[in-house]
Amino acid sequence: MWGRFAGHRLLQLIPVLIGVSFIVFLTMHLTPGDPIEHMLGQAGRITQAQIDELRSHYGLDRPFHIQYGLFLRNAAVGDFGTSYSHQGRSVSEVVAERLPATLELTLFAFVLAIALAIPAGVFASLRPQGPFDRTATVAALLGISMPGFWLGIMLMIVFGLRLHWLPISGRVNLALIPQYVTGLHTFDALLAGQWAAFWSALKHLMLPGLAMAAPMAAMVMRMVRSSMIGVLAQDYVQFARAKGLPETAVIGKHALRNALIPTVNIVALQTGLLLSGNMIIETVFQYPGLGKLAVDAIAAADYPLVQAVVLIYATSYVLLNLGADVLHAALDPRVRLA
Amino acid sequence: MLRLLFGNRVAVAAGAVVLLFVLAGLAAPVIAPHDPNLQNASAIRVPPLWQAGGTGRHLLGTDSLGRDLLSRMVYGARISILLGVAVVLITLVVGTALGMAAGYFRGWFDLIMSRVVDTLLAFPFLIFALAIMAATGPNLVALVLALAFKGWVDFYRVARGDVLAAREADYVTAARGLGASTPYLLVGEILPNIIPPLIVLATLRMATIIIAEASLSFLGIGVPPSIPAWGTMVSDGRADVAAAWWIATFPGMAILLLVLSVNLFGEGLRDVLDPRMRK
Repeated sequence: MWGRFAGHRLLQLIPVLIGVSFIVFLTMHLTPGDPIEHMLGQAGRITQAQIDELRSHYGLDRPFHIQYGLFLRNAAVGDFGTSYSHQGRSVSEVVAERLPATLELTLFAFVLAIALAIPAGVFASLRPQGPFDRTATVAALLGISMPGFWLGIMLMIVFGLRLHWLPISGRVNLALIPQYVTGLHTFDALLAGQWAAFWSALKHLMLPGLAMAAPMAAMVMRMVRSSMIGVLAQDYVQFARAKGLPETAVIGKHALRNALIPTVNIVALQTGLLLSGNMIIETVFQYPGLGKLAVDAIAAADYPLVQAVVLIYATSYVLLNLGADVLHAALDPRVRLA
Repeated sequence: MLRLLFGNRVAVAAGAVVLLFVLAGLAAPVIAPHDPNLQNASAIRVPPLWQAGGTGRHLLGTDSLGRDLLSRMVYGARISILLGVAVVLITLVVGTALGMAAGYFRGWFDLIMSRVVDTLLAFPFLIFALAIMAATGPNLVALVLALAFKGWVDFYRVARGDVLAAREADYVTAARGLGASTPYLLVGEILPNIIPPLIVLATLRMATIIIAEASLSFLGIGVPPSIPAWGTMVSDGRADVAAAWWIATFPGMAILLLVLSVNLFGEGLRDVLDPRMRK
C-alpha cells in the first residue's frame, strides 16, 4: 500500500523539478555579465566576428524559449553543455570529478550528526532538567544560532592552527591518494588496505564534517529528546517496566523505536539543509567538492556549471524530502490514511 | 500577558540584548570610534587591546586594510537588523494575506496556491538564494527578494490553517449574522485572533534570515562589499586566519549573540502568546 503512496509522491516530483529547472534557467539567463566576455577575459584583441561565432557555438544567440527547451532536453540525458571556465571541458565531466568529494563529506557529516544527536537526545530525556540535559540543551541552542562558516573558522583556529591536531584544507595528503575505485578516499583506502591513506583522509574530513554536522545534530537532538520525553510517559512504556524488563530494553526497544518516527522527518529535512551548508563549509575549508565548484563557478559567471550544480542540489533535496515522506508513511500507518 | 513575559528572565535578558543591538545599529555614526571604511596603511592587523601590540585606538583591532573592527561591527549590526526586519515584514504581510485569502475563500485560489507552495517548499532555500544572487551580483534589493522569496510560505501555512478553523468559529458566525462585510470579518475579527502565532513565527524567522544573509555575504554574493556586514567581515578574516585570528572571530561572535538572543526571545514570546506550544 505504501508503494502506491511512493508512486504518487514520485509523480508530484515532476512539476516541482520542472519549476526548479525553469527558475534556475531564468535567473542565470537574466545575469547581466556576458559569459563570452568572461571567457575571453584578458585574451587580447578579438574581433566581433569571433565573438558572434562563440555566441552561436554555445547557442547564446537563440531565443529564450528555444534555449530553455534545449537545456531541458539535454539535461534530461545528463548533458549540461560545456563549462566556460574549465578549458572547454564538459560540465558533466567537471561535476563527476567533484561529486565523490562532496558525497564523502556529506555522508560523513550525516553519520557524525546522527551519532552525536541520538545518544545525546536519549540521554538528555532520561533526566529532564538534569545537568546533562541542561548542557545538551545549551549546546543545541548554540549549534542552531551559530553560522556554520564561523564555526568552521573557529574549529580551524583551535584544532588546526593552535593545536595542530587536524589539517585545515584539502581531502587527503597528496602523497597518499588511494587508487580510484569509488572516489571516496576513505573507502578506496580501506579497499586497498592503505591505513595511512585512510587515516589521512579521515583527518581531513573531521573539521569540515563537524562544522557541517553541528546544526543538524542540534535539531535532531532536540527532536529525539522531546519525543523521547513524550514516549517515556506513555502507558506501554510503564507496562514494559511493570513486566520487569530491564531498563535498557524498555528504552532501546519500546521507547526509542517509537520516538524515532517523528525524528525520521526531521532527519530528512535537516539533510536537505546539510546540502546548503555544504557549499559554505567547502568554501571555508577549500574542500574540492561540488559546493566549492559552484561558488567558484558563480565568480567566473560559468552559467552552465552553476545551473548543473544547483539542479543537482535541488534534485537531491527534493528526493530526500520524498524519501522522508515515504519512510514516514512506512513507519507510521496513520500517515498513509490521511 | 506582559507579566508572563517579564516572568521569563531568559527572554527578558535576550530581549534586552536584541534592543542593545538595535540601538547600536541606529546610533552607529555616533558610537563608532572610526569611519568603518577608512583604510589605514600604518595600522594593519592591529591586535585587540588586551593582546601584545594592541592599542586603545582600536579596541578590537583592525583588519588587513587597517579598518577598525569595532566600527565595522557596529555598522554591521545596522545592515543585519535592517535586512532582517525588511525581509520578515515582507514575508509576514505577503504570507498572511495570501494564507488568509486561501483559507477563507477556498476554491480555485486555494488549489493553485497549494501547488505553488508545494513547489517552493521543495526548493532548498539557500541554494535558491544563491542562484538568484549569482545572477544579479551583490545588491541589496535582490538580496531582500532572494531572502523573501520562499520565506512567506511559512506564514502562509500558519495563516491559512488558522483561518480555516476561525471561519467556522462562533465569533465569526455571530459577526457575519450581524451583517459584517467580508473585508471587515477578515481584518477586524479574524486577523486579531490569528496574529499571535504569526508574530512568534516572525521573531524566529528573523534569526534564520540573519544567518542566511550573513552566509550569502560570506560567499561574496550578499551585501555589496562597500557596506560593512558581518558575513563579509568573517570572509575577509578567513584569508588572514593564521596571522590575525580576531578579524574573523569578533564579527562571528556578534552574529552568534544576536541570533541566539532573537531565538531565546522568540521562544519566550511563544510560551506567552501561543498556548498550544507552551511546554
